[in-house]
Amino acid sequence: MANLKTTFSDIGVMTKRNLLHYRRLPQLIIFSFIQPVMFVLLFAYVFGGAIETSSGKYINFLLPGILVQTILFGAMMTGVSLANDITKGMIDRFRSLPMARSAVLAGRTITEMIRNIFVVVLMTAVGYLIGFRIEHGWGNFGFAVLFIALVGFAFSWVSAAIGLWVKNVETAQSAGFIWVFPLAFASSIFVPIETMSGGVRTFAEHNPITYMVNTVRALSLGTPVGNNIWYALIWVGAILAVFIPVAVHIYRKNT
Amino acid sequence: MATNQLRQYITEARKSGMSNQDIIEALTKSGWHVHDIIDIVVDFPPKETGAAVISVRNVSKHFGKVKALDGVTLDIPSGQVIALLGPNGAGKTTLVRILGTLSQPTEGTVTIAGLDVVKDAQELRAIIGLTGQYAAVDEILSGRENLDMVGQLYHLPIEEACKRTIELLKEFDLEDAADRSVKTYSGGMRRRLDLAASLVIRPKVLFLDEPTTGLDPRSRLVMWNVIRDLVQGGTTVLLTTQYMEEADQLAHHIFVIDHGKIIAQGTSDELKRQVGGDVLELHLAEHKQVSQAAELIKSFGSAEPRFDSNTGIVTMSVQGGATVLVDVVRQLDTANVKISDVILRRPSLDDVFIKLTGHSAQ
Repeated sequence: MANLKTTFSDIGVMTKRNLLHYRRLPQLIIFSFIQPVMFVLLFAYVFGGAIETSSGKYINFLLPGILVQTILFGAMMTGVSLANDITKGMIDRFRSLPMARSAVLAGRTITEMIRNIFVVVLMTAVGYLIGFRIEHGWGNFGFAVLFIALVGFAFSWVSAAIGLWVKNVETAQSAGFIWVFPLAFASSIFVPIETMSGGVRTFAEHNPITYMVNTVRALSLGTPVGNNIWYALIWVGAILAVFIPVAVHIYRKNT
Repeated sequence: MATNQLRQYITEARKSGMSNQDIIEALTKSGWHVHDIIDIVVDFPPKETGAAVISVRNVSKHFGKVKALDGVTLDIPSGQVIALLGPNGAGKTTLVRILGTLSQPTEGTVTIAGLDVVKDAQELRAIIGLTGQYAAVDEILSGRENLDMVGQLYHLPIEEACKRTIELLKEFDLEDAADRSVKTYSGGMRRRLDLAASLVIRPKVLFLDEPTTGLDPRSRLVMWNVIRDLVQGGTTVLLTTQYMEEADQLAHHIFVIDHGKIIAQGTSDELKRQVGGDVLELHLAEHKQVSQAAELIKSFGSAEPRFDSNTGIVTMSVQGGATVLVDVVRQLDTANVKISDVILRRPSLDDVFIKLTGHSAQ
């Protein structure tokens, strides 16, 4: 690192630029928010009656899961935005400037983290309107939000690597669904995994999303957290350790 | 350290065998900004202008089996407009991307102002500007926000970046649109903003990849004037173009590139002299008669005539101008081939290109 100060300043400039996009085009946030709201309403009112959970009200079980699902789906935005910057020639512009090489990617993933916190707070408010209640204190819920932001940051890097690799907005979008869907549905987001059977159940039990959701659930409802939080943090660390270098490598090679 | 002390330091450093790169590195480590010292170090002891600022040595670039560049060697003097002329796919963009540190050569070396494009890429980025083929500006931000952002990424203090933005917006006639989203800009405005972004730090060397492609004639003239002003101010400009007229109008020196190789170079006049003589252009009343006409006049030319049955135009290089003209017209008249227009002109760069490559540049 030639100069830590300019690196931080570059990351700041990039983050500001990305956040301005969300301010100018609020529909980008609104759409990433409508979809999880629909999931909450559909699951709570359509399946709610049919799904038995140990923790009482289904909405209390569902909402922590939906929060993780929201940031998982939202992570796809990272790759899509980067692919868009490549197509529009912005990445070439940035690469011809004497700015820190890491700032484009770091600025993007930090922006997505800020967006995630914003959307998670909004989702919680919607949850409150339809009966969700925090049962383990606001302090613990605050930790849950930070934990979700960290998880979102990690998945942003996966998405960044894919977006930089495919270099095309539409492909980045559909490539995103390939890894996001199985992770989201074969997990404890919507239903307790005890209700699943066979291979899916085994997959769900070891799915990182399950550990993450169980951690958020424990922090907001006061259910026992067990080893979930440690497994979840190990997964976050492993994803960051693998995908930061991979994304940076592809950025250098492929753009 | 004042300039005199700087000069003394460089003299000492040179004596002890340090290369320009070493000296620049040492000075930047001790707090100098590359932009402030590069001229002094590279032009030390001060030489007259015209020395090579860009030196390309035997550069090749392979994409899989495709050789986009194949052993390109060229020297570019400072303070001039240099045109890289060639058709689509000739390797112009590939070369500009290498010069602009966006891509690395497979073989060969490139130095700009004594800095290596691979090893010293980061220092180099502080003194060059690059404008690509597509306006690389942020559509969602306003013109002002775009320039402020670039200024900050060049690590100008924020007030200075904003001040420079205001100057550039004025210079490029974008003041009225400054706070509008770039989405609402016309193609010409986007190009101007894109060029302005490359000029935030007043680069020593500016690379322009097809700066006027897709622009209307008026915007093209504006762009040409901007480029001329820049060179007046001491910037070296390397531009790529597929328009003969553009190279003819702007460039002090032209490199003709085709299939990844430099096939000719010189001033516009020098290149035209390679064709020699004049060019005779016949516009036929009956387009179908072009091949018949070409056959009839072949013996008068200094090269094979070319013809296009769509336009009904036959062109041929000739020596001895007016005399040949009379003979040709008489010959065609006897054979009852009607001519609607006859032009005898100096060869254009397009004629040069056809002579060199066997095909047109466009």
